[in-house]
Amino acid sequence: MKVVVLGVGNVILADEGVGVRVIEALERDYVMPPGVTVIDAGTSGMEMLEDMSNLDFLLVVDAIAAGKAPGELVQLRGDEVPVFFRRNLSPHGIGLSDVLASLEFLGAEPKEMVILGVQPTSLDLSTELTPTIAARVPELVAQVVDELTQRGLAPTRK
Amino acid sequence: MSKRITVDPITRIEGHLRIDVDVDGGKVNKAWSSGQMWRGVELILQGRDPRDAWTITQRICGVCTTVHAIASVRAVENALQLEVPLNAQYIRNLIILAHCVHDHIVHFYHLSALDWVDVTSALKADPDKTASLAESLSSWNRNGKHEMRAVKERLAGFVNGGQLGIFTNGYWGHPAMKLPPEVNLLAVAHYLQALEVQRKANKIVSILGSKTPHIQNLAVGGVANPISTDSQSVLTVERLLAIKGYIDELADFVKNVYLIDVAAVGAFYADWTKYGAGITNYLSVPDLPLDTKGTQFALPGGYIDAGDISKFKPITSFNDDFWGKGVEESVKHSWYEYGDKKPLHPYKGETKPVYTDFQDNGKYSWLKSPTFYGKPAQVGPLAHVLCMFAAGHEPTKKYATAALNTVSALAKTKVGIEALHSTIGRHAARAVRCAVMVDQLADQWGLLINNIAKGDVKTFNQPVFPKGESMGVGFHEAPRGVLSHWVVIDNGKIKNYQCVVPSTWNACPKNEKDEMGPYEASLVGNPIADPERPLEVLRTVHSFDPCIACAVHLTDTENEQNVSIKVV
Repeated sequence: MKVVVLGVGNVILADEGVGVRVIEALERDYVMPPGVTVIDAGTSGMEMLEDMSNLDFLLVVDAIAAGKAPGELVQLRGDEVPVFFRRNLSPHGIGLSDVLASLEFLGAEPKEMVILGVQPTSLDLSTELTPTIAARVPELVAQVVDELTQRGLAPTRK
Repeated sequence: MSKRITVDPITRIEGHLRIDVDVDGGKVNKAWSSGQMWRGVELILQGRDPRDAWTITQRICGVCTTVHAIASVRAVENALQLEVPLNAQYIRNLIILAHCVHDHIVHFYHLSALDWVDVTSALKADPDKTASLAESLSSWNRNGKHEMRAVKERLAGFVNGGQLGIFTNGYWGHPAMKLPPEVNLLAVAHYLQALEVQRKANKIVSILGSKTPHIQNLAVGGVANPISTDSQSVLTVERLLAIKGYIDELADFVKNVYLIDVAAVGAFYADWTKYGAGITNYLSVPDLPLDTKGTQFALPGGYIDAGDISKFKPITSFNDDFWGKGVEESVKHSWYEYGDKKPLHPYKGETKPVYTDFQDNGKYSWLKSPTFYGKPAQVGPLAHVLCMFAAGHEPTKKYATAALNTVSALAKTKVGIEALHSTIGRHAARAVRCAVMVDQLADQWGLLINNIAKGDVKTFNQPVFPKGESMGVGFHEAPRGVLSHWVVIDNGKIKNYQCVVPSTWNACPKNEKDEMGPYEASLVGNPIADPERPLEVLRTVHSFDPCIACAVHLTDTENEQNVSIKVV
């Protein structure tokens, strides 16, 4: 199995950086099993092509503007995933959607994708998450661990 | 009667740029370039430790991560007049070069080629004819007929499956598309090969920078790569040899594919050498320092006034006052206020937002308007190539001449360096620069190896912050042009920080004297065949490789379109 957990977002725009903060927490608290790579992608695009090629499973953690209450968790899987990128719900979805489209053209797209997100409270200039969203980080971390465990790739706590 | 066209956003990647043009008689007669987001990273940096600034500035933008990191450490080092060990310069130079080669390849093939290449026309191509055409132009080993047949088959499957994906925004069948089907197929084949090759450049950044996309190895005073010839965890001989392998693969592609494709596209679109010159004051800076003080550089830079390369004036060191005193920014047409103050030098720059709506004759952009000695200036690969050419830089002259000779042979007419002042010329210059850069990758690699072989393993000089105030500027000739970070440090903390980024130079609104910026000026006079599908606007703006430092872009969840084009 080749699996990537990808945290995306801009850490200088408050809750926009939640995906990256989840990755930081995962790197701090867990050891990943072989085959699972955890990546802080920030807002990058084509640089991710190599790491995202020929994956069995891609798990993306991101801020999602889905018209929900701030702090509400959102999960997208299966057919909902392409819609997520087409509609560009993510504040920085352009780079990632280009990578996925390129992967499709190369025939190297992920076999399965799940997006774990949270509706942001603030996208103002700040290097800190708002308290509402910061409080959700442990739940998002637990969801990532859960998704991996279900696929027989349980991370171990440090 | 003139028609107003608005394209928003115009970039395929990061950032949020809106372009408005008035079209009259099939031509653009007025243009506005508007940055649609607020860049306020400067405010986050105030009060912080200057040694941490680079980790934050590399988050400004997802495309230009390393370049902001480099400019930031250079600014602080300049304020402290801190020397940087040779190994650190070479390692930084290698990161700069690999990032740049990656950026130039991706820009041409993945972000702008579709302005010139009609993907659906490629389905009509004869793959065997495509292969013989390609083999007549280049010795590249992946131009054969089996490769071309396979690409056509894959493309057909992709298009027939309704999965246009990355190609959905293309203007297929547009009257301004001029390439024959075989050239279109060749371009699609190289588009796919470029997707593979660009990874090699990224691997170099990843090995040297410890991580990608956000490098971890920089430090004010050097780099954090311990060098050893025996330990596994550091920069070993084995890793250095892997880097050399990637460099060789990149060089093969850049010289035998990229440079030739750009010349071929240029020959078929020779009319585009007449459009898009815009502002011909060109500004670049020297880069790839070869000494610890930053007074000798592998690549020259400087200023050319009004397109006259005989009047090139060089910028010679990180401390050169010709550079440091020439830059100012105006906010007359930007959504900021400077009170009653006129344009300000970046050390005195302020970031006080004041949003109005889009005012054609007033404020209409979040970008400030920078000038060099009071004049707008174009930055980017074209500016850099013309400045290096003017400075007599031999490799630049060699590759520029080779590219122009290929164009001349294909177009069956003599095409000289003056053709570079144009929309298509910016693409040609970027390819020429990429060839220069890929040779430099090998050169800098050799310098690093030789220096280590001499027994020098030093990579870091400890910074010491004096009491009181100090100021510094870090400049870098980034893939999109001159990038500069300006820092004022007071008692070891950041007091003021301003970034003057390449896209600010090029995409800026009108300046204090109401003169147009480079994007705007380059659009005026462009033909527009079909106002509903303003492909020509995209061609000219994309030729600059637009990337407005990333901030935030929330689209309506009910709106399926990312790109809106309004014709009023």
